[in-house]
Amino acid sequence: MSAVVHDHDHPHGHGHDHAHGHDHHHGPYGGVMRWITTTNHKDIGTLYLWFSFIMFSIGGLMAVGIRLELFSPGLQVMDPDFFNQLTTMHGLIMVFGAIMPVFVGFANWQIPMMIGAPDMAFARLNNWSFWLLPFAAALLVLSFFMPGGAPGVGWTLYAPLTVQMGIGMDLTIFAVHILGMSSILGSINIITTILNMRAPGMTLMKMPLFVWTWLITAYLLVAAMPVLAGAVTMTLTDRHFGTTFFNAAGGGDPVLYQHIFWFFGHPEVYIIALPGFGVISQVIPAFSRKPLFGYASMVYATAAIAIISFIVWAHHMYTVGMPVTGQLFFMYATMLVAVPTGVKVFNWVATMWKGSLTFETPMLFALGFLFMFTLGGFTGLVLAIVPIDIQMHDTYYVVAHFHYVMVAGALFAAFAGVYFWLPKWTGRMYNETLGQIHFWLTLIFFNMIFFVQHFLGMAGMPRRIPDYHPMFELWNKISSLGAFGMGLAQLLFLYIVVKTIRSGEPAPQRPWEGADSLEWTHLPTPPPYHTFETQPVIK
Amino acid sequence: MKGLVSLITGLAAVAASGTAHAVAWYFQSPASKMAQEIDWLHQVIMWIIVVIFVGVFGFMFYACWAHRKSVGHKAAQFHENTTVELLWTVIPALILIVIAIPVTKVVISQKDTSAPDLTIKVTGYQWKWGYDYLRGEGEGISFVSTLATPRDQVEGKAPKGEHYLLEVDNELVVPIGKKVRIITTAADVVHAWWIPAMGAKQDAIPGFLRDTWFRAETPGTYRGQCVELCGKEHGFMPIVLRVVSAEDYSKWVGEQKKALAAAADDPGKTWDLKELVARGEKVYAANCVACHQASGQGMPAMKAPALANSKFITGPEAAPIDTVLNGRPNTAMQAFKGQLSDTDIAAVITYTRNSWGNKATDVQPAEVKARRK
Repeated sequence: MSAVVHDHDHPHGHGHDHAHGHDHHHGPYGGVMRWITTTNHKDIGTLYLWFSFIMFSIGGLMAVGIRLELFSPGLQVMDPDFFNQLTTMHGLIMVFGAIMPVFVGFANWQIPMMIGAPDMAFARLNNWSFWLLPFAAALLVLSFFMPGGAPGVGWTLYAPLTVQMGIGMDLTIFAVHILGMSSILGSINIITTILNMRAPGMTLMKMPLFVWTWLITAYLLVAAMPVLAGAVTMTLTDRHFGTTFFNAAGGGDPVLYQHIFWFFGHPEVYIIALPGFGVISQVIPAFSRKPLFGYASMVYATAAIAIISFIVWAHHMYTVGMPVTGQLFFMYATMLVAVPTGVKVFNWVATMWKGSLTFETPMLFALGFLFMFTLGGFTGLVLAIVPIDIQMHDTYYVVAHFHYVMVAGALFAAFAGVYFWLPKWTGRMYNETLGQIHFWLTLIFFNMIFFVQHFLGMAGMPRRIPDYHPMFELWNKISSLGAFGMGLAQLLFLYIVVKTIRSGEPAPQRPWEGADSLEWTHLPTPPPYHTFETQPVIK
Repeated sequence: MKGLVSLITGLAAVAASGTAHAVAWYFQSPASKMAQEIDWLHQVIMWIIVVIFVGVFGFMFYACWAHRKSVGHKAAQFHENTTVELLWTVIPALILIVIAIPVTKVVISQKDTSAPDLTIKVTGYQWKWGYDYLRGEGEGISFVSTLATPRDQVEGKAPKGEHYLLEVDNELVVPIGKKVRIITTAADVVHAWWIPAMGAKQDAIPGFLRDTWFRAETPGTYRGQCVELCGKEHGFMPIVLRVVSAEDYSKWVGEQKKALAAAADDPGKTWDLKELVARGEKVYAANCVACHQASGQGMPAMKAPALANSKFITGPEAAPIDTVLNGRPNTAMQAFKGQLSDTDIAAVITYTRNSWGNKATDVQPAEVKARRK
């Protein structure tokens, strides 16, 4: 944020005054009904965060299952069909159930507090956006118990393999529909809130960068999710109603599916990454005690990444056999992404330069993000190069690449955000030592899992195979051990969060010296149930 | 580079001394100019990346060390610098342009499948590869290539062989130094054909033809795998390519032609039950066992019904013959009429009618022929 906010007219914690309203009910219901009926952005944020942690645990268990089978060559634990089901559901659950909702949780908690708004624009819609999710998640998990099990087609759901699957495929398709609805409704809410409910004086270019990244992400969601819904609906009608969108025998084309999917899929990468960029852009200045470097260029770079993300989709498809001009276009466009992404990384490093740095857990995760997300960005550049990609496509190199972006990128950003805002949300400090142990364990085990997978891919191990030649054994063993460790380390995270909520030390209003957005400067810790019913004036 | 490579290889070798096989960590040695160029491009870009990475994070770690609060560093309050921001936008763009020039040349030559010496059609099936030599020396040769690793090794009942999962019954054979155009297609779902040492990978798309090419520079046997998820046995359909001298290739072509002629079964011949069952067992192991299982119990997850105690199997012959010939839509049960001869189909049906407690009459090749449409 470029402007430090001063608001002398409104004493800190004015939200308290409204907690006992006059003739209308402000407080929540008690018990379970509070959570089912809530229209409060903080409650809904909490629901999103817990939901995503549960899905993260389920998806993580599936990953452990995959790594268990891959611990040694040969088939030990499961048959190949179940292995395919696990890889498919691991991907879908992590992308749609864990990473996307966690950032919607941040958006719900933070956007109103950061722009000085009393709540989200559409409070009941907000409730519904969340409560769609558990039903979608239930469909995904239930598909395992259908005849034929869950679909074993990979999270990309490529046609025409999808027509061979059992009823679990249909459950997955409906789950994707519901998830898409939830995302679109949530995005409309976020866009409306940001554009209409900012406090007086909170101009767009004074908004914290987290709010900016979510504004742009919400537009991406509104544009991309209907495309995915279209792709899976065509799959559904191909399966049951005799259409042949993706079947050459009826005049269709399997590659059409891939084009439609990735037209959604590439913006999806940035839907996952951009809110993480926003979190990092809050955390790094706070612990550097220095304003974010190049605020304006950060906004422009985010917008540029979002726009370019719609013209690079076919770089996921270099090997389908497109014309040479197509390959060159998508390669050049993809290489272009490196420029605004580079600007962001340089700006973050410049923010730290000549700052006054401390390294509490949020900052450690932010630095881990910066280092490893950049590594994942660089392997992305390697994969943008058509001839190299043709060698690496559908190997473990790609698996390593996108986990560096999604785990070391998005997940590390989410951890940074949780540790950063947990004191504000709960009113209690987490245990710093345990937080730092969680960081180092996660960092070490993450790299154990995924760094060696670059080697596997280059040496020729395809992705999505349950068994492999013994020349790949060593790296697979290291990777599997890392996965078991990473899973255990997240139990520590759960313990830290629960312990904070139950018995953490009380947190001050602004536990981080350099944090300067409204939730730190204008609201007590923890913030009352309703905040900013009278909007602050930003000068 | 050489020094670094040997250092890392050495470390990997030490780390791997407990395992029976050498540890692979980098590209297979290139056996074609294309693979060499890919390797070269990768190294160039890798080094550019390493330099930028070390530079950027050098700054970051220096700041972490020198600009710590704990050593009393006071934060400066600058937050923009137009010159610096322009520079770090323009310089990366220029670096990208420099990278794009040599890459573009390779992309164009990789797509140039014109004027081949030999054209081979590759068909992906669930879960094996079909090869048809379409044009050039060997025209007319046609065979199916299936995983040769015994199931016992996969299930851990036997020690794993040297080329575990990377060996096939019929290898693809090409002459050295000749431009080979590979035309890919598939019968069921999307597969992808890949020989890493040649730098050639191409998706095989059902109902469409796509192509790629390679020119092998060194003789030898090269191994790859299907790289597009194609269902249950995706991990078990390797590709093995044998590159031989021109003379050896001519010799191989001669042998193949002779073998094809010899193997052509007399379609009118009447087989006895024992012969058919013995031959059918082999056909079953190569084509059916992945879903219907060695026990004939089938696999509900694959929509593969049990064949043991099945009235459908032991009932009138026409029904199972039609199913094997034409497949079942939307399942991995494919149309085998293009892959298996009348004799093979008759044998495998006879085998299923007379195994796992089933008891029924044999099926003769002539009956299969009669039901082909």
